[in-house]
Amino acid sequence: MSGREVLSDAAWRERALAGGVRPRRYGSWYVAEHRIRSMRSYGQTILATSIGNPLIYLFALGIGLATLVDANLGDDAVQGVSYLVFVAPALLGLAAVMVSAEEFTYPIMLGFKWNPIFFGMNAAPITGGQITNGILISVLARMVPTCVIYFIAMVLFGAVPSALGILMIPVAVLAAMSVGLAIMAYTARIEQDKGQMALIMRFGITPMLLFSGTFFPLGQLPVYLQWIGWISPLWHGTELGRVISYGLAEPAWLTAVHVLYPAAIIVVCWRMSQRVFTARLNK
Amino acid sequence: MITASALTKTYKGFAAVDGISFEVAPGESFGLLGPNGAGKSTTMRMVGAVSTRTSGDLAILGLDPDQYGPEIRSQLGVVPQSDNLDMELRVRDNLIVYGRYFGLPRTQVAKRADELLEFAQLADRAKSKVDDLSGGMKRRLTIARALINDPRILLLDEPTTGLDPQARHILWDRLFRLKEQGTTLVLTTHYMDEAEQLCDRLVVVDKGRIMAEGSPAALIREYSSREVLEVRFGSERNEALGEQLAGIGDRVEVLPDRVLIYSSNGEAVLERITELGHEPITSLVRRSSLEDVFLRLTGRTLVE
Repeated sequence: MSGREVLSDAAWRERALAGGVRPRRYGSWYVAEHRIRSMRSYGQTILATSIGNPLIYLFALGIGLATLVDANLGDDAVQGVSYLVFVAPALLGLAAVMVSAEEFTYPIMLGFKWNPIFFGMNAAPITGGQITNGILISVLARMVPTCVIYFIAMVLFGAVPSALGILMIPVAVLAAMSVGLAIMAYTARIEQDKGQMALIMRFGITPMLLFSGTFFPLGQLPVYLQWIGWISPLWHGTELGRVISYGLAEPAWLTAVHVLYPAAIIVVCWRMSQRVFTARLNK
Repeated sequence: MITASALTKTYKGFAAVDGISFEVAPGESFGLLGPNGAGKSTTMRMVGAVSTRTSGDLAILGLDPDQYGPEIRSQLGVVPQSDNLDMELRVRDNLIVYGRYFGLPRTQVAKRADELLEFAQLADRAKSKVDDLSGGMKRRLTIARALINDPRILLLDEPTTGLDPQARHILWDRLFRLKEQGTTLVLTTHYMDEAEQLCDRLVVVDKGRIMAEGSPAALIREYSSREVLEVRFGSERNEALGEQLAGIGDRVEVLPDRVLIYSSNGEAVLERITELGHEPITSLVRRSSLEDVFLRLTGRTLVE
């Protein structure tokens, strides 16, 4: 707060150039830091759902429904494993997708419109691309622990037959981030809230979780509904999780698709989101 | 510090800023005065290196904002027209996260946040939720936030719009201190008293163009008289009487609710009107202001 020294034009320039170095390099992390701090305000909810969700789902489906399925079809009820083992990779993916559905919908609209903090960040040396990256990092910071907690619960319920099963965590994260970035590429464009977020849940997330081979193999569906699974990153993540968890047999090319397809969505939608953010902040 | 030349911004063919040129020197307090929609905020966003210009030249601290946006912004403090504090964070945390955006170390940001809370008279509200602050407090917090990086230039877009008189005066006092310390202030306002209080020099902007430039006193000298007599005859009669009074004083301006007569001696004009047998319902002699300058230049009032 001291008085200003008198500087030459060149000195002002130098000072500005130096001032831009750290923000350019670490800006994305500063945004993530901010978002994670904001998450603390609903931290208890996050913690409660992270621990509560796996317990509820594993009890209801893995024990409740599984008892019925296994009683009728035996211990190798579905794809040669018990229903609990079959459904577990899907539940993990689903838990990750729900984090995406929460973090990439309203918070994006909030930052642009209702509490336009993105404009505040941009008035500081942060770019639209860095805001996009920071959001992505902060969502990962919530999603990964959520998946780890879920995975531990799955192990305790006896839903993970192989030690390799731990790889289901990155697989679930990959699938959920592709869903999330696709959502963000859309929500970042929304100028007026006309219930689009509810539509995403109703006509995007809900059909996806029902028709992605989540609770029953996709092959059980009539062929004209199976495409929903094929385009759903959740299906790809779930199938890959099953390959890892109990060695679900499928052609190698299909396993490769399970990785490449969500990865491609991430790359494309990430770029799109960065562009939308940059354009929208430049009014 | 800031050089703008033929600066233009068009939106779908509409020129929000239409070729304006100005310069701001270090330590100067520079104002853009104009009504809503004059292009003030658009100019501020371009100077703030967040909005790309359509044409013209612009340099801030000798750098082109198209190329060096983050570098320029690292030296600016920005107080936007509407507060964009993070409602999910507490008062002090708002300053901390913002300081980090400039790449400042956590310990330094924490120390600076405490100093600024003192400066903004918000030290006792450090742990409050932003939502619980009054409008004036939120504004002061936004200013404190803008100062977290010890900026060379502080951009203020209508800093006191919507505040009650007391809150405005507290804010002016804070801004005046910054000015005394040598911070370059660039502000937009549609309040003439604010411009007179805070600006060394200003431009009057209307429809994206600069109508006049100078210090508040010089503008008043050039475009207005020393005093103004405001008389009201009732909305039905203002216009008719305005015509009859033409020729009295330097100039007569008829507004829907009152008649303004510009003169070096308002009291004398009032006597004259009474002698002519016109009895105004109310009358007021006041010093000429930037509002009058604006009226003279554009034919319209600032706050409509």
